[in-house]
Amino acid sequence: MELMMSIAVGILFMIGVYLILSRSLLRIILGTSLLTHAVHLLLLTMARLKKGAPPLLGEQASAYTDPIPAALILTSIVISFGVTSFFFVLAYKSYQKLKTDDMEQLRGDEGE
Amino acid sequence: MSTLHAAIILPFILAIGVPLLKRLPGRPHPGWAVLLGPAALFIYFLGQIPSVQAGQGIVSTIPWIPSLGIEVTVLLDGLSLLFALLISGIGALVTLYSIFYMDKKREAVHRFYTYLLLFMGAMLGVVLSDNLIVLYGFWELTSISSFLLISFWHHRERSRYGAFKSMLITVFGGLAMLAGFVLLYRMTGTFSIREIIQSTDLIKGHSLMLPTLLLVLLGAFTKSAQFPFHIWLPDAMEAPTPVSAYLHSATMVKAGLYLVARLTPVFAGQAAWFWLVSAVGLITLIFGSFKAIKQTDLKAMLAFSTISQLGLIMALLGLGSASGYFTDIQQSLFYSKATMAAIFHLLNHAVFKGALFMVVGIVDHETGTRDIRKLGGLMSIMPVTFTVALIGTFSMAGIPPFGGFLSKEMFFTAVLNAGEMGIWNMQTWSLWFPLIAWVASVFTFAYSMVLLFRTFTGKLQEQELSKRPHEAPVGMLISPVIMASLALVFGLFPGLLSYSLIEPAMASILPGLLAPGEKFQVSIQFWHGWTPEVFMTIGVIAVGILVFALSSKIKALHNPLFTRFSLNGVYDSGLRTMERSSQWITNKYMTGSVRHYLIYIFAFLIVVLGVIMFAFDGFSLDMSSYAPVTIYETAILLALIIAASAVPFANSRLLAIILTGSVGYMVTLFFVIFRAPDLALTQLIVETVSVTLFLLCFYHLPKLKKELSVLKFKLTNFLISLGVGTMVTLIALSALSAGSSHPFESISKFFLEASYKLAGGKNVVNVILVDFRGFDTMLEIVVLGIASLGIYAMIRLSLDDEQQVQLPS
Repeated sequence: MELMMSIAVGILFMIGVYLILSRSLLRIILGTSLLTHAVHLLLLTMARLKKGAPPLLGEQASAYTDPIPAALILTSIVISFGVTSFFFVLAYKSYQKLKTDDMEQLRGDEGE
Repeated sequence: MSTLHAAIILPFILAIGVPLLKRLPGRPHPGWAVLLGPAALFIYFLGQIPSVQAGQGIVSTIPWIPSLGIEVTVLLDGLSLLFALLISGIGALVTLYSIFYMDKKREAVHRFYTYLLLFMGAMLGVVLSDNLIVLYGFWELTSISSFLLISFWHHRERSRYGAFKSMLITVFGGLAMLAGFVLLYRMTGTFSIREIIQSTDLIKGHSLMLPTLLLVLLGAFTKSAQFPFHIWLPDAMEAPTPVSAYLHSATMVKAGLYLVARLTPVFAGQAAWFWLVSAVGLITLIFGSFKAIKQTDLKAMLAFSTISQLGLIMALLGLGSASGYFTDIQQSLFYSKATMAAIFHLLNHAVFKGALFMVVGIVDHETGTRDIRKLGGLMSIMPVTFTVALIGTFSMAGIPPFGGFLSKEMFFTAVLNAGEMGIWNMQTWSLWFPLIAWVASVFTFAYSMVLLFRTFTGKLQEQELSKRPHEAPVGMLISPVIMASLALVFGLFPGLLSYSLIEPAMASILPGLLAPGEKFQVSIQFWHGWTPEVFMTIGVIAVGILVFALSSKIKALHNPLFTRFSLNGVYDSGLRTMERSSQWITNKYMTGSVRHYLIYIFAFLIVVLGVIMFAFDGFSLDMSSYAPVTIYETAILLALIIAASAVPFANSRLLAIILTGSVGYMVTLFFVIFRAPDLALTQLIVETVSVTLFLLCFYHLPKLKKELSVLKFKLTNFLISLGVGTMVTLIALSALSAGSSHPFESISKFFLEASYKLAGGKNVVNVILVDFRGFDTMLEIVVLGIASLGIYAMIRLSLDDEQQVQLPS
């Protein structure tokens, strides 16, 4: 399963990077959220996908899944949500002001 | 702390005090107060002559950074005393001269004296320091103060150009010299010049010896305007004339000579040192004298003359260093005569060149021009100035009975002696030394005569001059007259100098030649029979007169030769090319396109990770401990990949957003399958909110760009993203297999056991978030807070031109 997950993460990375390299600001934001998903899946995979009970002690199971990556990913989800929403509103405002979301037009003047 | 330390500090203290003089009532010329400094120093150094003569100089140390071996050690021996006397003596004369030269009403005289004193202190520091790092510090301070003095009239473009050029060249050399000093420290373990001289055995034959020698010489050559670094000196003539007289004839340009002389005990006897110093000196000598003759500006002529004379002294120092090679004491003493000539000419040059610069300053001051084509016939109008100029130029040309004659004779002796060395391939080259020396002397004679006669004889062209020429005020004449008298005294009574100054200086340049208690037998005789040198001098005068007579025709001959290739052109175009090419490179890669920068970053990532992975054989695949594959997971994975892959192909933004959202929900499903309920919950909510936000903003976007762009397929984008994806997968797999071959036990066991016992919670993930690792959570809340505040600020605050923030009045 880890092999498949690793490949899937690689593909997600690839698509994310591809979107980030595009011209439209909206696609760049979509690319970052795909990258975020990829990273979260990677974190989960790297902690091994061994089966066990969810880390809830009431289950009285003999084995539990690793709670640490879960805690890390949870933190990461919240942070990336904050950053993405900020980024999105920033894109929205820049669209309003500059009347474009084309990254090639959003560059400084030549020779500056 | 000794009196010597105080002597170095005195000019700096005065430099601080000078601006305060502005507040004095009546605003007297600050030069009078400044004059006291160098005069007092000169008297102090004169008083040191007897003890230095007896071999009892001053050595005194103040610790500065003892842990690094950097101490402010001052050393007064023959060589440093000689230079200190030059610096303070000529400093006093120049200050006196400048009082009359610099108009206190029209010029920023306080600034002028501050810089001048700064320079004087720095120069004293250079010649009196025993510690190489301290020496370097003062050395750079002379560069900086010289920069400030050259650009004193900073409203002139040429002044700024000259200052910038001299700064670049001398600081370049200074930095090379610093590197050389550090290498010396590597070899000997000390920064003290005296201790380095004592441990020359460590340096001889060391592999770092040659680089050290080259770097140190680079510093000396740039400072002393040796070929091809001489180009800054003619442009430094934009400085006020007292500055040219002081810095660019008598003191700063001799710092390089000082350095060479000071380090001669370390490197003497090395073929590289001998050849570099003497050959560069000779090239500079002949080149400078050749160029000087074609100048039409008096100061430019003197600048090239200075370059040429510095080359002469440098060549003599090189020839003298050969004495370190011989073990036979008689032979060594024989070749050490070159060093003696160097010191003697250094003194001579300082006085006659100082006097000549002052003369040119007077001519400039009284006629309003320095152009030799406009001048003439000033002899009867300015008799005193003419006399000074006559003594100066005759001394420079090497005509008896002035000091220059003696040093020229000694120079000829040294180059003739060099032919007898028979070491380091000297057999092949021995004839060139006297030949170059002789030809250069002819040119020297010729330009000296041009300088004198074109300025003072001939017809007075009054219509060309902006002022009515008349003799300079007495005050302005005092200094040049003193210097000219010295040039005469040095010629008539060389013995005065021999015992007091030259002999102790010899002792410090060539310390190995003397048994303890012994002294050099320095006897400079005015007449020593019909030697070859005398015939050479007669030849110089005869041919020189011929060259002078024909100089206008020769000028026409060699003018195009020099305009075709000039070192200034090389410097200027080199600087321009460097500027342009760096501009070009920067414009090439700093395109302003975010996409390009991202490509650099990603490409770098791929290359670095890839190279490391394959160079160190980092990739490994170990599938033994993988979890089994199940049908649900495979199905979700496929759905996730298909949804994600469709995003770049989505033709509408709406579709792209929905596809991205579906990827998020697949991830949520994964969290469910892999037993992470809290994660699944959070992801579900966050994804929903995100998609809502996306759609909300999408709805609000003005319909400016109606056609929903299909992404332009770009091969680079694809390759880069493919590379990144591959690298991530490979690294993930390698890390997984590394983890199974070195199984460290996870610390999660502790959390599972302690969660209830220590924290009283059964949801381990939540206990980690708020108990074990609560700090993360706190800061993550801060992140959310900042993000929301930021969004609020972005929406509510805008600093449009028409919509300025209303500041409370």
